[in-house]
Amino acid sequence: MMLEVTNLAKSYGDVPAIADLTFGVAAQEFVCIVGPSGCGKTTLLKCLSGLLEPSRGTAVLDGTTVDGPPETLALVFQEYSRSLLPWKTVLDNVLLPLRAKGLDKAEQRRLAMESLAEVGLADFTHAYPWQLSGGMQQRVAIARALAYQPKVLLMDEPFASVDAQTRAELEDLILKVRRHFGITVVLVTHDIDEAVYLADRVVVLTKRPTKVAEVIDIDLPDDRDQVTTRESPEFAHLRGQVARLIVGAQPGDADTTNVGVAS
Amino acid sequence: MTAAPTVEPAGTPTASTAPRPSVRRRRGGGRLLPLATTVGILVVAELVLRSGVLGSEFPAVSSVVAALITEVSNAAFWDRLYQTVQSWLIGFSLAAIIALPLGLLLASTRFLFRSTRLIIDFLRPIPPLAILPLAVLLLGSGTSMKVWLVAFSAVWPMLFQTIYGAHDVDGVARDTARSYGLGRAQIYRHVVIPGALPYIATGVRLAATIALVVTIATELIVGSAGLGYRINQVRYGGDMTTMYALILVAGLLGWLSTAASRALEKRLLFWHPSQRQAGGGQ
Ligand SMILES: Nc1ncnc2c1ncn2[C@@H]1O[C@H](COP(=O)(O)OP(=O)(O)O)[C@@H](O)[C@H]1O
Ligand SMILES: [Mg+2]
Repeated sequence: MMLEVTNLAKSYGDVPAIADLTFGVAAQEFVCIVGPSGCGKTTLLKCLSGLLEPSRGTAVLDGTTVDGPPETLALVFQEYSRSLLPWKTVLDNVLLPLRAKGLDKAEQRRLAMESLAEVGLADFTHAYPWQLSGGMQQRVAIARALAYQPKVLLMDEPFASVDAQTRAELEDLILKVRRHFGITVVLVTHDIDEAVYLADRVVVLTKRPTKVAEVIDIDLPDDRDQVTTRESPEFAHLRGQVARLIVGAQPGDADTTNVGVAS
Repeated sequence: MTAAPTVEPAGTPTASTAPRPSVRRRRGGGRLLPLATTVGILVVAELVLRSGVLGSEFPAVSSVVAALITEVSNAAFWDRLYQTVQSWLIGFSLAAIIALPLGLLLASTRFLFRSTRLIIDFLRPIPPLAILPLAVLLLGSGTSMKVWLVAFSAVWPMLFQTIYGAHDVDGVARDTARSYGLGRAQIYRHVVIPGALPYIATGVRLAATIALVVTIATELIVGSAGLGYRINQVRYGGDMTTMYALILVAGLLGWLSTAASRALEKRLLFWHPSQRQAGGGQ
């Protein structure tokens, strides 16, 4: 396993956000995590990326317990416009994570240019993020993560705030990138179709206090297509299966009735 | 009446070309309007003052300008101006050198921020001129007293704005840098300082204005060399016209200070939403 989450729990003060999560992600696997708003998906990714310390349990990345931001993992935040630094050009934003890596300047630049080319932004290196559309900003954030050369890429609802067309493009981009670099991807989404379209496996979470409701294998062919994959009966069947779980998702504790606000 | 709307589409080509010149006119008006208003007010003031309804206390605008020309052709004027500007800038720079790093330091850890809060909250509201007698006692009435008093007054806005700015830096940006393994110093350099800059710039602009006020007030009260002292001197001499001319010079200094700060902000904060709208993107 590339990533192993064991009995992970996280409370904010006395409020339990994540009750008990156990699941694994194999090397080069694409796992989507779906769950109701406020069930702790962002919290989970922050624990996996070492930004938050779990209250209980562990996350083990490539054999090492996570206890701070790991060098082999990159996180793409949901709020891309706040995650990109407006005072830096696109290129400087992508160069940012390479500053801690101790590479020479030429190598840093090569990596940054390569990742920008990968996401189709080679011509926008000297633009500022705020001059770009939302979809392009998210591409910059993805390029920045790729330049870091992670083994595992975590993405928090990365396509939630772009239009449908851009969203489809970005979904296919991330599938291409994953194939190209052979990285492991864990992507959080609240969109069931998106989860089934992208994933090898879908981890469905319950409402708070959060547990794993079920893990569903998505045995669709590997090269997916926005039209043919989505119209196949297997796709419809799988999305129905996930949807039923989400609708029926019950809290792990019966006395917790409040559902947190969406982030 | 009902025919009018159906006619309008035919007029749209002209309507679509119309906005351009009107936008240009508005941009030109951006500079012209304040200038025209100022000239208008000066002309009205001149007429009212010349008519004598306000008595002879207030000199006419034209006599103030004449007095200003006389004053500036005197070498002593430039010496005094130099004294004022020098104290102002040195005091202000001292304050900046103290306030900006100290603000960043205090904002960096909750412990430092909490433990210094009480003493800062106590010192800040002290009006600089209230400690003027103390400053004179300790440092005399010369330039160094003036400089330190100016520095004391200018430290606070810069210190507070720096602390607020550093605290208000976007958590997502900070987390991003942290998740990519950037160290504390790197996070400060790439995220916190640029992120706090809009606040710091406001602090700097306010501090520069306050520093000028305190410089001139100190000269007026204590009689340290400079414009403020000269204002008092001509007042004692009964030369009201020159007094107004000198007040005008002080006003010009303040205006220059604000204009310089704004120009600097425009350059440094080109990425900030406030500047983006004004500058139309860069
Ligand atoms: N910093 C925080 N302090 C206190 N409560 C928080 C904090 N962040 C998130 N929460 C709470 O924890 C729960 C999970 O939040 P989050 O991980 O953002 O959920 P999701 O990403 O699934 O929408 C929510 O109820 C939220 O209100
Ligand atoms: Mg979230």
